[in-house]
Amino acid sequence: MDLTLKVWRQKNREDKGGLETYKVTGILGHYSFLEMLDVMNEQLITQGKDPVAFDHDCREGICGTCSLYINGEAHGPDRKVTTCQLHMRMFNDGETIYIEPWRSAAMPVIKDLIVDRSSFDRIQQSGGFVSVNTSGNTQDANALPIPKMNADKAFDVAACIGCGACVATCKNSSAMLFVAAKVSQYAYLPQGQVERKQRVLNMVEQMDKEGFGNCTNTGACEIECPKGISIEYIAKMNREYLSASISSEE
Amino acid sequence: MSKGLSSSSVGRKVLMAVSGFFLMFFLMQHFVINLFSVISADLFNEVSHFMGTNGLVQFVLQPVLLVGVLFHLGMGIYLDVKNKAARPVKYAMDKPSENSNWMSRNMIITGIMVMLFLGLHFYDFWLPEIKDKFIDGKWDEPTKYFTHLQHKFQDLARIVIYCISFVFLSLHLLHGFQSAFQSAGFNHNKYTPTIRKLGNLYAIIIPAGFVFIALFHYFKQL
Repeated sequence: MDLTLKVWRQKNREDKGGLETYKVTGILGHYSFLEMLDVMNEQLITQGKDPVAFDHDCREGICGTCSLYINGEAHGPDRKVTTCQLHMRMFNDGETIYIEPWRSAAMPVIKDLIVDRSSFDRIQQSGGFVSVNTSGNTQDANALPIPKMNADKAFDVAACIGCGACVATCKNSSAMLFVAAKVSQYAYLPQGQVERKQRVLNMVEQMDKEGFGNCTNTGACEIECPKGISIEYIAKMNREYLSASISSEE
Repeated sequence: MSKGLSSSSVGRKVLMAVSGFFLMFFLMQHFVINLFSVISADLFNEVSHFMGTNGLVQFVLQPVLLVGVLFHLGMGIYLDVKNKAARPVKYAMDKPSENSNWMSRNMIITGIMVMLFLGLHFYDFWLPEIKDKFIDGKWDEPTKYFTHLQHKFQDLARIVIYCISFVFLSLHLLHGFQSAFQSAGFNHNKYTPTIRKLGNLYAIIIPAGFVFIALFHYFKQL
């Protein structure tokens, strides 16, 4: 199929940027969206133009590196997929496709379609971990009994790959689904109990510092999340936060 | 508590929910009292006189209600401004209707429309009541309420504005009811589907009831 692409081009953080129109030809339905972009870049290079910069790594839907707001939706029109798992059979010959970077004050564009997602790293560093003594006497994790339901829920939220689709699709650029996933994954497990209160307080504080918006419960994030993480975990984070705010000694 | 709830995004969300719960509870009792006007003028006058002269209602609940309304409005606008600032560059192509409904995305619009209506509502009913009692010192007028209501509901333009406003209120509540539970941390596999259904019922029945009451008095006086 032949496509018309409206691609966001931006030299650097300071550049204002804008949409450029490119024609790309010879795309097959079984190409992934990123393979289509590879073909586009090959054609641009042949024409003597600069290729478009975009993020990608594993290309098998598990690393969360690829992003892209495609035709008005995070990761494009398919559900529960990352951009690398989005196939061109979802599009029609002759179609015009808009390709834009995530839009959020907390995730500024670095170049073209690449955004700086280090705000997620800083949130994670503020409490999204379990401190473990590495003296060599660490207990076998399997020795701790964990109810099946809790293990399942922790696993569901641990599936978050931190891609940022929740922020990109939220009309308020809120990161609450991401933070809720990271808070909940430890709150369900015995290993996460020691730092439970401080974790949620610190992570929410860091989220606010980064300049993300406020959740208004539109539910768009859970629809666009490639891992299908439910907003029931945002409610859980709210409970965790309230409880920690009231009972924390600091 | 290390910091006030209003200093964090999650805390502000919870406070919006709490003020929302309070306003929804108030709306329901307001509806029930208004419904008395359809049943009996005397009953409506009796209940309104009690509400208008009872010390607890006048000097405790009324100020709390006023603060609740102003807080919900002020915080709503503040959050909307912050949320818009969180995305300084908009998408050239955006399809929000693919993943969320109109009501959830436009709470600020429906909310401001309801608040504009409240301006008219205060002008119609609340300010004259305040003037009667606190400026003119007329506290004991047990039969004025029904007459005043009838007088206001003679005006077709006012009826039309009231009806349109209640459509906005309904749209606001269709998202607001269940959203308040979610914000307060209440999301449960077993109960949330029922809460959503109750929310839809509340958001349709209460505004439709207010519209019915306004139309009832208008057509009765034709």
